Amino acid sequence: MNFWLLLLVKVGLVLGVMMPGALVIIFGELKISAHMQSRIGPYFAGGRFGWAQPLADGLKFLQKEDLVPADADRTVYKLAPYVVLMGTLATFVIIPFSPDLVPRDLDLGVFYVLAVSSLSTLGVLMAGWSSANKYSLMGGLRAAAQLIAYELPLVLAVIGVAIQAGSLSLNDIVTAQASWQWFNVAPEWLNVISPFMILQVVGLTIFLIASLAELSRIPFDMPIAESELTMGYLTEYSGMRFTMFFLGEYAGLVSMAAIAATLFLGGYWVPGLDGDVLNFVGPVVLLSKVMIIAFLFIWLRWTFPRLREDQLQTLAWKWLIPAGLANILVTAFFRVVF
Amino acid sequence: MSDWITHPENWAFALIALPMLLAAFRAVTSRNVVHSVLYLVVALAATAALFLLLGAEFVAWSVVLVYIGAVVVLFLFGIMITRAPLGMETELSHSNQTKIGAALVSGALFALVTVATVRGFGEEEIVANPTRTGEIGQSMFERFVIPFEVVSVVLLAALIGGIVLARRDPVEGDEALQ
Repeated sequence: MNFWLLLLVKVGLVLGVMMPGALVIIFGELKISAHMQSRIGPYFAGGRFGWAQPLADGLKFLQKEDLVPADADRTVYKLAPYVVLMGTLATFVIIPFSPDLVPRDLDLGVFYVLAVSSLSTLGVLMAGWSSANKYSLMGGLRAAAQLIAYELPLVLAVIGVAIQAGSLSLNDIVTAQASWQWFNVAPEWLNVISPFMILQVVGLTIFLIASLAELSRIPFDMPIAESELTMGYLTEYSGMRFTMFFLGEYAGLVSMAAIAATLFLGGYWVPGLDGDVLNFVGPVVLLSKVMIIAFLFIWLRWTFPRLREDQLQTLAWKWLIPAGLANILVTAFFRVVF
Repeated sequence: MSDWITHPENWAFALIALPMLLAAFRAVTSRNVVHSVLYLVVALAATAALFLLLGAEFVAWSVVLVYIGAVVVLFLFGIMITRAPLGMETELSHSNQTKIGAALVSGALFALVTVATVRGFGEEEIVANPTRTGEIGQSMFERFVIPFEVVSVVLLAALIGGIVLARRDPVEGDEALQ
């Protein structure tokens, strides 16, 4: 019984972090876009500072009719949002919020994250095909091609970190960053403790670019390019099911940012603190790092134009993957030699 | 039989294996290609769950990553890009000859695997201990390093073969390829 109670608490905790996190980031996106592009709508509308805007959006979506196209494959069409959301939510299982506050510290760690997040691709393809709409199908195909292409650099960037930390478990990776000494050959004054964002700066860059593409956010939003595909694989979705995709997108942003923060920015760890203090401060530290990365994602979204499909594939296959392989080679070399 | 019922892992096994069998059956009998692939996903996910039940976490999540995340997605991609039946058309049908052949081959394969497994382990009781990922890596790169490298050469050959088949160098005067 105790096990099930604990499980329930953990599920509640993950939902309690994910839902408000997604709402906060939607709010942040509205405000930041308003500031960056002088969009006066989100700037003034919706209560003081526009706090009511995301809530109003949510309520609007909820009361809309849940339409299913006549030609659609009903079962697959209805299941698709769940599959997408499942892949996203499952990644929260292993994110360490503090040394003791981990829903489940798997021995596999990041490998598990990569495995479950690949489920979302399946959901996107299901949505694209079952809608019985050519825009949806094209969007689904583009999404699949993009997600397959960018999953490889993502994995390669993670491998560099895993080699450096000597472990796949996220908790161990954080500990490794808290106690990391620069390669032993360095002079004494260089033996400073540093998160992997400095040593793995190539990995961090690749990871951030690839995760933007995995999230289909604007420099990489060919799958839902409004001007040519209406809304891509989301075209036919409305009401509750559209909300699930929408929330899933922002929950995905939170989980990607949390993983990036854990792998590269030291997760819940801050210099100078240890043990019990970290157990209390940890979640706040992790969430602040998540917010920094989320801000970066939003900033990039409102700054860059959309990449063309061929540019997008070229970037992945000709630049990111070779760079990731070289990064692994160099990291492994230093790890073995020194 | 009462012995069987008292073990919770047997119940878990039944709970996973029955949907798996059903999904595997539907994967070959379904008339819609995309549905077949989706049933295959259920069967593969159940396979991963069975591995989890045995404590083989790494193998389980490899199944999810490689089979569901890559192979099945490529299946779907290929089907959709070539002959996606938008909507609810039924179009798959096989002659009886194909069906009998397929049933014979799969029956023979099942018999082969069963005999090999029973012969291999015999009466020996197997205790399912969780395997740590590190141990798998150790044995793969120490004891099995040569087979591992050979497999990677096979994959490389397949990759080159794929490129050779797919690539068409532009021919002089061929407007369509310029």
